[in-house]
Amino acid sequence: MISYLANPARFMALSAWAAPLCAVIAAILFAAGAPWGLFYSPAEQFQGETVRIMYVHVPAAWWSLGIYAFMGGASLVSLVWRHALADIAARAAAPIGAVFAGVCLVTGSIWGAPTWGTWWEWDGRLTSMLVLFVIYLGYIALWAAIEDEERAGKLAAILCLAGLINLPIIKFSVDWWSTLHQPASVFRAGGSSIAPAMMGPLLTMAGAYLFLFGALALSNMRASIQRRRVERSRMEGGA
Amino acid sequence: MNPFLATFRRDFALHWAGGGVLAPLGYFLGATLLVPLAMGPERTLLAAAGPPLIWIAAALAVLATLERVFQADLEDGSLDQMLLSPAPLEALVLAKGAALWIAVGVPIVLAGAPAAVALQAPPERVAAIVASLGLGLAAFIGAGLVGAAVTAGVKRGGVLIALIVVPFFAPPIIFGSAVASGDDIDAALSVLAGCALGAVALGPIAAAAALRLQAE
Repeated sequence: MISYLANPARFMALSAWAAPLCAVIAAILFAAGAPWGLFYSPAEQFQGETVRIMYVHVPAAWWSLGIYAFMGGASLVSLVWRHALADIAARAAAPIGAVFAGVCLVTGSIWGAPTWGTWWEWDGRLTSMLVLFVIYLGYIALWAAIEDEERAGKLAAILCLAGLINLPIIKFSVDWWSTLHQPASVFRAGGSSIAPAMMGPLLTMAGAYLFLFGALALSNMRASIQRRRVERSRMEGGA
Repeated sequence: MNPFLATFRRDFALHWAGGGVLAPLGYFLGATLLVPLAMGPERTLLAAAGPPLIWIAAALAVLATLERVFQADLEDGSLDQMLLSPAPLEALVLAKGAALWIAVGVPIVLAGAPAAVALQAPPERVAAIVASLGLGLAAFIGAGLVGAAVTAGVKRGGVLIALIVVPFFAPPIIFGSAVASGDDIDAALSVLAGCALGAVALGPIAAAAALRLQAE
């Protein structure tokens, strides 16, 4: 599958219908999941209606991590097999991951204000997410700073893999640090204790985010392949 | 001469000759000076919150030195010579990192003692703070080499390096400031040593891979 798609022409043919298909599935899932979560799911016993922020917040958190893992995989493929599209895929995914991380931080902050009584808490998960957001920004900035795209892709891949090694270390140290500074001050109803009635809309929204990512990433990749073609033909025409 | 030692001596001499030693040291002390100015001179407040802030000063001082580590080599062709050398590039990068640690890091580590005292750290904790700075700067430099290598071809890459490297500085700063504030010093020092060893082992490999691309 991966080596089949290494040919950009084949990728363009496949993505020409895969990208709109992802967009349509994302739209359907959003149309189902958003009203389900925001209106037709139960309010929570302690947090009341504010729990509905979860349906926007938690999928963004999941996929901002998932997208970074995807970029790490693409970077590895790029460095090891010199796959033609891997750099483009990682580059296309980065801004989406950054926006998901940003959405997660902003909605988390909006959620925290009524439930924890503060807009921001230097809690382990919040801090890790903020660091992930900064990692995304650094990755995007590196791509933007290097003119030669071939080289930028390989250098960004090295940075992405270094970040991938670093992420669990950051997670561990931030957890250690936050338990040291503020023992269990944050109330949290999460994990597996989540009610089944909330699981349905949550998973629907998670699927919607995933297909949204697929649609956006594929269109991003198509755009950068088209741009490379235009640049190449312009260079040939000029010479 | 052994290529590792030759690279080490060359870089050390360059740091020493070009004022590359005094400037980061002065920057470290200057940034430390800003802490009480920003926080107020009250001794109890400083004693409670001041000592960990030398880690901000140390991180800034290292960040300021990273931009030139490989850029000069890329510009004047030394990097091509390093690639032609029979020694692996990873070893030469390690030599450059070691030179940076000795020339820039050690003066900052030693200056960490008066800086910690000035920020009202208890005298019995100063030795641990100095040791933690030595380990932490090794971790900074190991990670910083990667940031410096991937940005070596970028004009005025200083701010970009800072953005890229800051997430890698987070773990050493967390454990370093735990030492400075006296929380669980032994455990924090052990983890800090782990950070330093990991960064020194992996940093040169990633940095050398990036430098090979830069020289193409």
